[in-house]
Formats: sequence, structure tokens, C-alpha cells
Amino acid sequence: MNEQTRLLPHSRLGWLLLAALLACLVAAPHFVSIYHTELITTAMIAAMLALSLQLLVGGTGLVSLGHGAFYGLAAYVVYLISPEAAARPIWQTLPAAMLVAGLAALLVGSLSLRTKGFFFLMVTLAFGQMIFFVFHDTKLGGGTDGAYLGKPLIQAFGASLDLPRRQRPLGPYYVALIQLTLMYVGLALLMRSLFGRILEGIRANEHRMRAIGFDTYRYKLTTFVIAGMLAGASGHMWAMHRGFVNPELISWHKSAEALLMILLGGLGSLAGPIVGALAYTALGEFSQLVTERKLLVEGLVILAVVLVLPRGLTGLARRRKAAELGPDG
Amino acid sequence: MNLLAQLLNGLQYGLLLFLIASGLTLVFGVLGVINLAHGSLFMVGAYLAYVIAKTTGALWLALPAGLIGGIMLGAGLERFLFRHFYHREHLDQVLLTFALILLFEEGRSFLLGNDFHSVPVPALFDFSIPVAPGFSYSAYRFFVIGCCLALGAALYLWIERTRMGAIIRAAAEKPEMVDVIGIDARRVHMVVFAIGTALAVIAGALAAPLYSVYPGIGDGFLIISFVVVVIGGLGSVSGAFWSALLIGMVDTLGKAYMPAVAGLAIYVLMAAVLLVRPSGLFGQRA
Repeated sequence: MNEQTRLLPHSRLGWLLLAALLACLVAAPHFVSIYHTELITTAMIAAMLALSLQLLVGGTGLVSLGHGAFYGLAAYVVYLISPEAAARPIWQTLPAAMLVAGLAALLVGSLSLRTKGFFFLMVTLAFGQMIFFVFHDTKLGGGTDGAYLGKPLIQAFGASLDLPRRQRPLGPYYVALIQLTLMYVGLALLMRSLFGRILEGIRANEHRMRAIGFDTYRYKLTTFVIAGMLAGASGHMWAMHRGFVNPELISWHKSAEALLMILLGGLGSLAGPIVGALAYTALGEFSQLVTERKLLVEGLVILAVVLVLPRGLTGLARRRKAAELGPDG
Repeated sequence: MNLLAQLLNGLQYGLLLFLIASGLTLVFGVLGVINLAHGSLFMVGAYLAYVIAKTTGALWLALPAGLIGGIMLGAGLERFLFRHFYHREHLDQVLLTFALILLFEEGRSFLLGNDFHSVPVPALFDFSIPVAPGFSYSAYRFFVIGCCLALGAALYLWIERTRMGAIIRAAAEKPEMVDVIGIDARRVHMVVFAIGTALAVIAGALAAPLYSVYPGIGDGFLIISFVVVVIGGLGSVSGAFWSALLIGMVDTLGKAYMPAVAGLAIYVLMAAVLLVRPSGLFGQRA
């Protein structure tokens, strides 16, 4: 058995590339426009969502189509607990958003994990849509139109610092970057721990894991709740950054998009979803230059990825390495 | 008499759901593929009816056109896309069919725009039939009920009484055995996918005058069909029938008598079924 955990870089080069990516992200806002700083912030928030889903998909082998619901739910929590005139500080909103997302994940997970495969897909999707309809059909969060938060993130730190306009997007940018980095490190540690090894065992052969005495249901449920809470952290950041919520955030298209980022970046690594989210956002920007029809480009890209690039962008590097080492490398 | 009207509405809605869900469950059971784009096929049918009604004024044409067009569309999709995905991971199937949804939506938006359109009930059925003293019910809804029942019966006879039906049942249960005894499973796959597609397209065409046509019409029906399939049991057509009727009734009666909570009723029902029988009411225990 390989010493390395499957989802972490296999070589020193991999870690170096990852560090280089982090360095680029730290430096980027000082070299690009305000618009692009905000764009990368959005991409990092998407990366957090995809990363949290990767714990389920790549880590445990559970393909969920309801993951976006926890993300959107958390964004709505921020809206619902924020008073109109002032902003609530982040140490109150973040735990609240993660707690509610975690509770929802506990409820949805405890039911849907009783099923497997296609059933699991459909049940997570249906429960996700249930949460969608709660916000879409009632006036709880502004109905179909969504709603605006009274105050954006920057006040939330009590920093009524009069930042010049040029520096204002830096707050959310670095908060998102810190959260993304923490999430990566946390998940990397988790995957290296005994718990992570057990998840890999479940992904590879759940029957065997049960046969040797692991209560796989409980492990899967714990993982589902952790992933839901992390999705909640991502949704919280979205609400803070963009300052509005709408039902689209909860829709299952969000989950499918996150799955696409995972597949685009590569199923076999934790870095994959991050690379995938950045690539996907860049793609969205470029496609806007060419055509108004975003869905067309998106659809064709997905087709191309599933048909031509089944192991994603990070899979390209690994494939080359595997070819050097021979089939068992 | 309001209750009778709601019961008939529930029956009609349930039967329509059955047409969609039966194709979905057949494709699962026999081909082992999850088709998220099944709702888009429904949308194709609804817009087909809209276009036919608008250009020719003869809405009935939508039924033969839906049948033939659906079979051709399904066969084409199977031949050029789905065939390559039977042994791929669920994730790949999800994304392939998600891409199809986006392409269908974009195609619809390109050809027909993003507006909401109502489709008139065909003149032939534009009247009410007296059912009980002081109560009459839309003839078109009766026609939909009849169509769905006829198609359901044909589907039942096809699966239970024909040679190909026997192969389909065998392929759903033990696909490797079908290969071993030398049956060309590829032809069976194509036929099943084509029939499933045609059923969804026809359901869309029948639904157009009742629900109007609008972007995203397929999405709502897709999710409800998933709930139907989960409750009915994966791969079980008769399970899909009973569970579609159940969902149709619960949803319709709920909306009529308890509108505040009706949207959640079917999900609560699904949660209850998952608690008691995770493999569905009519599915085999996994």
C-alpha cells in the first residue's frame, strides 16, 4: 500500500506547485484590477464549495447532487440574522451559518445515506430542491428575487477604516484566501488521519470495511456533515462578499457546477477542485468575450471534459508521471 | 364536488408523472445510466406541441410527431453519447447529462426565446363532460388520462408479453447473463432508450395545454419524477405507476387543501419511505 494519501500531492514537485499557487494568490491583488480581484474572490469561494464536495466525491466516493443546498442555506442564514442597519461580526455569522448548514446536512445525510449509487444521487437532489423551494416559494428570504444584505463584509470587522476605493476589495479577498487555505490544510490533515484512511477504505470497498468491523454509515454521515458545514462556510463567504442572496444559490445546478469543477480539476486530488474552480471562472470570463450564450460554452466544455479529459487538469500531470513509472507507478 | 375534481386532477397529474418516471426507471434499470436530461426531453415535447399548435393549429399532430421524433431523438442520443457511458462512473454520467440539459436549454432559448407561452386546448376537446349532477370536468384532461392509461397498458404488455420485454426484464435483473446467452444487448439498449425518450416527449406534448410552456419546465418535472422513482423502487415500472399515482394525489390534494405545506408534502413522503424501506416501496431489497 502506498504511504501517501490519495488526495494529496504525490511528490515534492506537487507540493511546490501548490505553494506557488498560494504565493500567486497572495500576490495577485497587487497586480490586477479591482474587477479581477473581486473575480478571483468569487473563484476562491467556488473553490471552497468544490473542495468541500471533494471530501464526499473524491474522498468517500459519494456523488451528491444536493451539496449546493447547504451552501445556499448558509448564505440565507447570513441574510436572516443580519440586522438591516448594522453588520453582524464574522465570529457570529460564520459559526451560525456553519451550524445551520451542518444541521441540515445531518438531517439530509441521515436519510439519504441509507441509499446508494443512483438512489443517493436522486435523494440528495430531491432534498436539496426541497430546501430550494422553501426559499423560492415563501417570503422568508425575499422569494424568487432574493434579497440584499444591509451592510457588506468590510464593516463586519468593526473596521470602519476609510480605505481608499482601490483597497476595498482586499478585505474579502484575503478573508476568502485564508479560509480556503485553512480548509485545504484541514482537509489534508483529515485525509492523512486514521479517519481519512477509513474514508478511502469506504471509497475503495465499503463491504470489506464493514466486514472488518467499521460502522461505515456513521463514518459517511460524519463526513457528510463536515462537508455540509464547509459548504456552509463557502456560502457564508459568498453572502459576505457579494452582499445578496437568491434561490439560485441553493439550486441543484450549483451542485452540478461544483461537480464539474472537481472533474475539470481532477478527481484524484484535493488541489483539483481549486484548480478546477479557477479554470472554470477563467473560462466563464473568456466565453463572455466570445458569446452571450454562457450555457452553450459551459455545456460544450463539460462534454469535452467528460469525453476527452476524464481525469481532469491535475490528472494530466499525474498521467505523465505514471507513464514514466510504468503502469504500477 | 370540489373533492371529485381534485381527485381527477390528482389522477391526471399522477399518470403524467408515470409517463416521465417510467422512462427514467427503465433507462436506469436496463442501461444503468442516470439521465438528468430526462426533464429536457419533456421540455422538448412541450415546446414541440407549442410550435405545432402555433404553425398548423392542429395540436393532435404533436402526438405522432412526439412519438416519432422522440424515438429518433432517443436512438440518436443513445447511439452517439449514452452508449459510451454505460461503464463510466456516476459522476461522468451526471456531468454528461447535465451538459445536455444546458445545451437543450440554450437551444430552446436560441430557437424559441425565453418567453412564457400558453398553448390552447385543442378545439376537439375544448368542452366539459358532465360527471355528476352539477359537476363537469374538462374533456381534455379526460383525454390526457386516457392517453396515459393507453400508453401505460401498451408499455405493460410490451414488457410482460413480448420477447423483447422478456429480454428487458432479464437485462434489468442480470445483465451479464443476457450477454452470455448471446443476445445483442446493444439493440435492446437503443430501443429502451428510444422508448423512454418518446414517453417523456409525449408527456411534454400532452402537458403543454395544461401547464403552458416556459423555460425550466423540465426541471420541476424531473425532480418530482426522481421522487416517484425513489418511492417506487429503481428499475420497477409497476412501482413507478403506483408511486406516481400516490405522488400525484398527495401533491394535488395537498395544494388544494393545505397550500401552506403542500410543497413539502412529497418530500416528507419520500423521507418516510426512505426510513422504512430505503430501496423503495416496490423495489427489491438491496
